[in-house]
Amino acid sequence: MFKPRSILGANGLKKDEIVTILDTADTFKEISTRPIKKVPTLRGRTIINLFFEPSTRTRTSFEIAGKRLSADVINISGSTSSTVKGENLIDTAQNLEAMNPDILVIRHSQSGAAEMISRNIQCPVINAGDGFHEHPTQALLDLQTIRETKGSLEGLKVAIVGDIAHSRVVRSNIYAMKAMGMEVRLVGPPTMIPVEIQKLGVSVDYYLEKAIQDVDVIMMLRIQTERQNRYLLSSLREYSNLFCLTSKILEKAKDDVLIIHPGPVNRGVEIALDVMESERSLILNQVTNGVAVRMALMYLLLGGSDDSVN
Amino acid sequence: MEFKLTSVVFDAKDISRAITRISHEILERNKGANNLALIGIRTRGVTLAQRIRVKINEVENTEIDFGILDITLYRDDIASGKHPPPVEKTSIPFPLEGKQVVLVDDVLFTGRTIRAAIDALIDFGRPSTVQLGVLIDRGHRELPIRPDYVGKNIPTSKNNRVRVRMSEDDGIDEVHIIDPSTEKDS
Repeated sequence: MFKPRSILGANGLKKDEIVTILDTADTFKEISTRPIKKVPTLRGRTIINLFFEPSTRTRTSFEIAGKRLSADVINISGSTSSTVKGENLIDTAQNLEAMNPDILVIRHSQSGAAEMISRNIQCPVINAGDGFHEHPTQALLDLQTIRETKGSLEGLKVAIVGDIAHSRVVRSNIYAMKAMGMEVRLVGPPTMIPVEIQKLGVSVDYYLEKAIQDVDVIMMLRIQTERQNRYLLSSLREYSNLFCLTSKILEKAKDDVLIIHPGPVNRGVEIALDVMESERSLILNQVTNGVAVRMALMYLLLGGSDDSVN
Repeated sequence: MEFKLTSVVFDAKDISRAITRISHEILERNKGANNLALIGIRTRGVTLAQRIRVKINEVENTEIDFGILDITLYRDDIASGKHPPPVEKTSIPFPLEGKQVVLVDDVLFTGRTIRAAIDALIDFGRPSTVQLGVLIDRGHRELPIRPDYVGKNIPTSKNNRVRVRMSEDDGIDEVHIIDPSTEKDS
């Protein structure tokens, strides 16, 4: 049984719901390996991708996911939408809804944008990243990648390294990983770790070498230079000296540690080239799993009939 | 859910005899096991197909290609249930081109499952023939589909249910007809 009508965040997803999503995604992965990578399940359904921020991976992933389920997928990017003529976000969403889409996927630079839209329209909404708030599909594909390699999630220790303050990926992962019984440690310069983040049930460390010694998974984050980080770091080079994951630092970690990264990667800044290309790095597996996870969500949101209101 | 089982119409021995006969009919009609492939439709169809495979192996002493099909994503009623049905893995680990494929399912009823299975199969390749084997044919077809191999024809009323139990999945081999008027549904 899958109850959510929209996927606005990982916050609030229950363990059994996450398991259903991951199990379904596991099955859907096989479809992408067929010669004809398409099933007719969502034939006649319409999915609108409304992206107000640049994105290659996520937007393409949602588009491919919809198309492999035979849905019609329409992409709208912020610069080509009527918002440049002064239309506000709710009006845009309501106008799109008037054309009867079955799912609206939204990415926006304002935290809470997806939730605000979902309150003003009836159609299911998937949050594809809103400001510094959440990016739930990324967290789900991270979990699927980890589960696929480690077998299970319960009890695993994860270190998340980098700009915690500006990362929606981190927040979604904290909620999802805690729901699955995992232990989360945040690592980064003090200026990039929000005060009182421990209240979400995570621990904090400021030294990379020490923090990764006993973990099963290391998640590296990109320094988001587009988000005014110059006040938080003296230089990228200094950051790199302290927090870049190199093979030398990795010697301190467990032999079977997994390395993941939500992308895009700034090679040589947060992760060394050889580490990125080593067999412990699952960065491209994450991208492959992203399609499966998004197919699973579309199927679960649209597979049953809609006789409930919210 | 609690069922009142009205009657066992087919017991373990009947099932075993039917599988033996169907296996021989498959070999006879296809003139041996060359190019033959069995594909079971989840869940009981897979179990049945596996038993047929073992039987064919006994007779011909050769391993034939074997696949598993989950037709959930090809169903025509996907949006009419309350919740999306769980999807399980499909596995067809061999090329279908030129194969004589026997689809195997437990019960043939409206034919809609088989329609979905054929659609799914065609997306994987172009078999030279597709044949259909079922343990029970209960009639009431809604599509122009007919089985090539049948364990038993059982006349039913349209609102009866036919439940096939296989020991691998349910601990016992038997086929029941369930009369909904005596059924307490939750």
